[in-house]
Amino acid sequence: MSEELLNLTLHVWRQDGPNDSGRFETHKANDITTHMSFLEMLDVVNEELIENGKLPIAFDHDCREGICGTCGMVINGVAHGPQKLTTTCQLHMRQFNDGDEIWLEPWRASGFPVLKDLVVDRTAFDRIIQAGGYISIRTGSASEANEMPIAKEIADQAMDAAECIGCGACVAACPNASASLFTAAKISHLSLLPQGQAERQDRSRKMVAQMDAEGFGGCTNHGECEEACPKGVSLRWIARMNRELVRSMVKADAPIENRKR
Amino acid sequence: MQRALTLQQTTIGKKVIMALSGVIIVGFTLGHFLGNLNLYLGPEAMDGYAEKLQSLPPLVWGTRLVLLFAFGAHISSALSLWVRNRQARGSRYEKRKDLATDYAARTMYWSGPILLLFVVYHLLHFTILPAHPGEVYRNVVEGFQNPLIASVYIAGNLALGFHIFHGIFSAFQTLGANHPRYNSYRRDAAIAISAAITIGNLSFPLSVLTGIVTL
Ligand code: HEM
Ligand code: SF4
Ligand code: FES
Repeated sequence: MSEELLNLTLHVWRQDGPNDSGRFETHKANDITTHMSFLEMLDVVNEELIENGKLPIAFDHDCREGICGTCGMVINGVAHGPQKLTTTCQLHMRQFNDGDEIWLEPWRASGFPVLKDLVVDRTAFDRIIQAGGYISIRTGSASEANEMPIAKEIADQAMDAAECIGCGACVAACPNASASLFTAAKISHLSLLPQGQAERQDRSRKMVAQMDAEGFGGCTNHGECEEACPKGVSLRWIARMNRELVRSMVKADAPIENRKR
Repeated sequence: MQRALTLQQTTIGKKVIMALSGVIIVGFTLGHFLGNLNLYLGPEAMDGYAEKLQSLPPLVWGTRLVLLFAFGAHISSALSLWVRNRQARGSRYEKRKDLATDYAARTMYWSGPILLLFVVYHLLHFTILPAHPGEVYRNVVEGFQNPLIASVYIAGNLALGFHIFHGIFSAFQTLGANHPRYNSYRRDAAIAISAAITIGNLSFPLSVLTGIVTL
């Protein structure tokens, strides 16, 4: 790999707080090596900002290895940037060319209010999980792994759905800011497994009601979420969520309660 | 009743209603197109077919009622989702790149209202205020001999083609039909049905304009 150094122009969304209207600011990122990750590039820019007595660009991150789902920003109009199946923290600067202009924006969704610059409040996802994304079991020491036989194909499907790291890129990429892919992934992996059967009847109704109450939009089957998802979570789970919901609605004794944000 | 009402209060329930009503309307549109093929068999066939339908008021009025209901459900759900989906974004992206959305999907909220206007015009033109009541063949041919009227039908049916292409594909997904082994057939079905209806419907004004079908 060539030791090329990149000089880039960043147009970064700056917003002081949830009530600030926000604006773009232009910053230079000079002498960036192609081995750096995208967040390391921002670290370099931030150090320079701090040295010059300015406020650093706020962005979310934790594991920096593509598993926690904390990082994420819209890079040149694409959630998590140009590389498929890759979180922002795992995106490397070799994906960019010298002289590039890069536009950085936060996830934009009413359900994800901006806290500062590129950081959004994703607790709406936590509330969707709290509404029904759990199983009730007697906890204690771990049970024997093969106690409950699960067909390989079902286990694989559940694992595919469970790959979701809750990053929110699906909401950011969706033209309707819909949280369908996230909610569907969570409903699906639990509904596939024997451990998830006890709450299955109510889970989809509760989680969909919460998803709607958080102000996310509806699905129009465009497929943007699947393309943006760093974990390749499939649209098939949205079809499954719809089946689960209709099934539950038809069978349930009582209507769902309306939920508050 | 309580249960049905709660389903329609969810975003998913509204989409299910759009899909079911859309399927009803597409089913009618397919039957409507097949019936209109009588145009190629001449005035007797066309007018006879129309007379036959008119002699069965329960069929005609039953269909109209179902369609009215389907259109109402389809459009009201579309409007309510449209308002909701716009609010859900909040602020606008400065840069935004579509990775998966095709032309038909992107223009659903254009092709839909264009279709509604077209359907209203179409009903006024042939059903409510026909030039020669009872003479269906003559009304169609004389109508399409006017290039302006013919182009309205051509534009309307192009909108129809795009709308039901995404609509049929979308309805499979909304109604939960998604399986990796069969997914390619969903697209094939959407292409086949929308192309058959659109090309068939376009052929009527085009064959009159080119003089293949005459009075
Ligand atoms: C008359 C005014 C109409 C409006 C405003 C309208 C609007 C819409 C919209 C906004 C969608 C959802 C698009 C999306 O999911 O991205 C849709 C879906 C659909 N439309 Fe229409 N439409 C109209 C008429 C029609 C007609 C005439 C047909 C058939 C001939 C039709 C068939 C469908 C079907 C099958 C769907 C799929 C439902 C689904 O998304 O699952 N629509 N329509
Ligand atoms: S479905 Fe994919 S894009 Fe959406 S939250 Fe989960 S990992 Fe992120
Ligand atoms: S920081 Fe954990 S996934 Fe990017």
